[in-house]
Amino acid sequence: MDTCIEKIRTICADLLAKGKVQKVIGFAEGSIPMASRPIAVTSKEDVAKLVFNATCGLNLANYVSDVLPKEGKIAVTAKGCDSRNLVTHMVENQVSRDQLYIIGVPCTGMVDKRKIAALFEDEITDFIEDGDTLTIVSPQKKEKVSKKDVLRHNCRVCTHRNPVVFDVMAAEPVEEQSLDQPFADVDHIAAMDPAARWAHFQELTKNCIRCYACRNACPLCYCPTCFVDESSPQWVGKGQDKTDINTFHFLRAFHCAGRCTDCGACVEACPMGINVRDFTRKLNKDALELFGWEAGLDMEKRPPLDVYSPDDPNDFIK
Amino acid sequence: MNFITIDKKDWTTGIDKSRETYQVFGPVQDENGCQIKPLAPDVHPLMDAGVTVMSPKSVLFPQTQKMLTATLDASIEDHHVMKPVKKDDTPRVVLGIRPYDARAILLVKLNFDNPDYQDPYWCEAYAATTFVGLGVNHPGPCDFSTSTGCGPFSEEGLDVLMADLDDRYLAKILTEKGETWAGACGFDTRADAAESQSLFDILRKEAEKNITSVDTDQLSEKSILDLYEAPFWDDVAFSCINCGTCTFVCPTCWCFDIQDETKHKTAVRFRNWDTCMSPLFTHHASGHNPRGSKVQRVRQRFMHKLKYFVDKYDQGIMCVGCGRCVASCPVNIDIREVCTIMNNYESK
Amino acid sequence: MENPYVPYPVRIDDIEVATEDKSLKTFTFVFQNPADEEKFAYKAGQFAELSIPGVGEIPIGIASSPVEKGFVKFTVFRTGMVTTHLHNMKKGDIMGIRGPLGNWYPWEKLENKNVVIIGGGFAFTTLRSSIVYMLDPANRSRFKNIDVVYGARSPGMLLYREELFDWEKRDDINMHITVDGTDDPEWQYHTGFVPQVVEKNAPPADEDTYAIVCGPPIMIKFTQPALTKLGYQEHQIIMSLENRMKCGIGMCGRCNIGKELVCKDGPVFTLEQINQTPKEY
Repeated sequence: MDTCIEKIRTICADLLAKGKVQKVIGFAEGSIPMASRPIAVTSKEDVAKLVFNATCGLNLANYVSDVLPKEGKIAVTAKGCDSRNLVTHMVENQVSRDQLYIIGVPCTGMVDKRKIAALFEDEITDFIEDGDTLTIVSPQKKEKVSKKDVLRHNCRVCTHRNPVVFDVMAAEPVEEQSLDQPFADVDHIAAMDPAARWAHFQELTKNCIRCYACRNACPLCYCPTCFVDESSPQWVGKGQDKTDINTFHFLRAFHCAGRCTDCGACVEACPMGINVRDFTRKLNKDALELFGWEAGLDMEKRPPLDVYSPDDPNDFIK
Repeated sequence: MNFITIDKKDWTTGIDKSRETYQVFGPVQDENGCQIKPLAPDVHPLMDAGVTVMSPKSVLFPQTQKMLTATLDASIEDHHVMKPVKKDDTPRVVLGIRPYDARAILLVKLNFDNPDYQDPYWCEAYAATTFVGLGVNHPGPCDFSTSTGCGPFSEEGLDVLMADLDDRYLAKILTEKGETWAGACGFDTRADAAESQSLFDILRKEAEKNITSVDTDQLSEKSILDLYEAPFWDDVAFSCINCGTCTFVCPTCWCFDIQDETKHKTAVRFRNWDTCMSPLFTHHASGHNPRGSKVQRVRQRFMHKLKYFVDKYDQGIMCVGCGRCVASCPVNIDIREVCTIMNNYESK
Repeated sequence: MENPYVPYPVRIDDIEVATEDKSLKTFTFVFQNPADEEKFAYKAGQFAELSIPGVGEIPIGIASSPVEKGFVKFTVFRTGMVTTHLHNMKKGDIMGIRGPLGNWYPWEKLENKNVVIIGGGFAFTTLRSSIVYMLDPANRSRFKNIDVVYGARSPGMLLYREELFDWEKRDDINMHITVDGTDDPEWQYHTGFVPQVVEKNAPPADEDTYAIVCGPPIMIKFTQPALTKLGYQEHQIIMSLENRMKCGIGMCGRCNIGKELVCKDGPVFTLEQINQTPKEY
């Protein structure tokens, strides 16, 4: 993946020099090990700041609609999931195809930073990525691990690593994964008895600080005023009451039903390490099983919860 | 100054003994990282834990705190009259607090305990609390506490500063509160003062070697309006997703919201941490919002910490260099970089 | 330790619809404990938190005057959750008020000065408090000329109409009442926007004249140049700001303009002060 960065920079320099786009949204090197940050590049001198590596785990579709120019285009680098969220944005009329120049970046997955941090007792001081080999350094030790072993869960179960829509590709497509049990995590929770399942979700959110990083990192959460921020009427209490915390998570998940691409930005952003995807994954599974739907693959089709079709299943309404 | 030495073999016994007098807070590990929490009777503090994800500010300033209550039942006397809730201000001790977090408490004190008003919830909890700090032998890559008027072995705000010497703690008793705590634990093995101090100095120097530094010396000279109107804010704010992470993990962020709720016939007024990153923070009932855009909110956060506070209190920046916001920011906005930009900014 | 968050219990003694569209009501409160009234000693220009248990608090300028005893009065625009709830409350209901909060118009500095009061719409509450204060027989001689420019959309939207017309009849205060427009043939005062009336009728500035300006942002925006034209310096223009507030005592952190907190360092600032700070209000 690190080899594609030269191509990305060349493409971006060319786009900016020729005035084909006004800015490029991509990732830049972070200031600490294992970090990267979204950046908007507007001059070809700055394209050298662009990077693409296994720490670019946020979803850049989240940044597009805020910076759309009145005329002309912006370019955005897009992994498979980013591209699917761009499609979702187009389907939901947040952006139109001709406003975007999509630089597709085939992706072999992003690393789970918590999993890596857990390999060390002290703080990580250096992180070097060389193909599938990651060299991670702390004051106490130096560890080499295979990227495959420390991938985020959503990347391990990803079946759309290649961008589904693009104007140019920054590298040859990578092989897609095929999975025997794509929803083993959901099945595991579903198999619990109701009390255990309830306990699981109670435990899941117990450290939530309501910073809303999950929501704000999510490209789907673009409501001008989120329901938790409404004051008249106020739907949800603002304190650390469990019911209020859970109401936020449950409702947000439902609002993402049939729209979520499982990009993992919510989990990536959460400072408390909450696996927010435990909520959304079940809904993704339902969307697939009930409606044969995976979000963000088709610009022509309406999402299942947007439309009525005579052959919609109805046995879940009892 | 008194120094005592605590054999680690005696540590848990001493702490258990102190539970007769104190409610004990300390670092504990759970699946989401390390936090400073009240310790259950059978739990001991994880003294060698890394930096906690959340700061210990919640010991004095819980994220949600009941303040007042009233009955709405008109048949009861004093209905609709709000009265303070009962608080628990019995002695408590925070073990293993990092020195920069103790300085943070003094900065927060400037807000909650000022000549005009004293916030009784914070002030009374503060008065009840003893802070037993542990020097940081190996500061992490986000730590820049030496640039903020403290450092890995800073004593300010602490009642006891301990140093971890493998098989024992060397403790410097800094206040009467600290003395009382050591007494309650039965820690009374005196150590030679000169020798102990030089050990502290060696550890401090060693720890400070690897800390990144940030210049803050020019901030007070700058004009508020020059910095406010500077052109760099758009770039600083671009990646920000306006979550509240930086403010919630920060040991010095003190802003709060006040909310009312009712259950049956009881009304409760409580406060919650609030964040300047949220549009709602400044949203007028009319719909007007003086900080309606993301860049305005990001600017507010840094201007508050690195300029308004500096000018208002003359106590340096409103940041202790713990690096939590740097480590937790989902988009890697780094206050060290922003501080450098502000410190070096020259208006044209 | 005194708890600054605890409101004084009050009883709603009177509710008066203040404008023809019923969007404003004036509430008169009486303290449940007479001793609290003394503790609530305030100056014209200050505000208080009106506190409804289980609903919330709102910062509102005090409309009664320090010279009026036995009650306090607030005129409240129905806009959010708390104000809507308050509008639905009844005489005799118990609630709380917390204060007085913030600073006040600089009465010490205004002594022996000409005072020009300029208000628009429903931002006339603390101005009413100020006028009643200055007109009080014990105080009137401490001030030189008093001019008042007050405008609203229509005659029915003017606050404190009866008082306005009473003041109009007095010779120790120059009233310049205006409305944006009216089809009332009997209307005997000005028509036109506040800034225009200021430009035509307000006394020109000299070093002994100060203007106090309160109103909606648009009025303030256009009144400033009018005053500048009349020669007013920045330090002679006194304004009262509003921002979203919660604690009212400078602790909760949201109402700042630069390093100043509107709730504690304000709400009253001179234009000179405001111009030195980010305009985040």
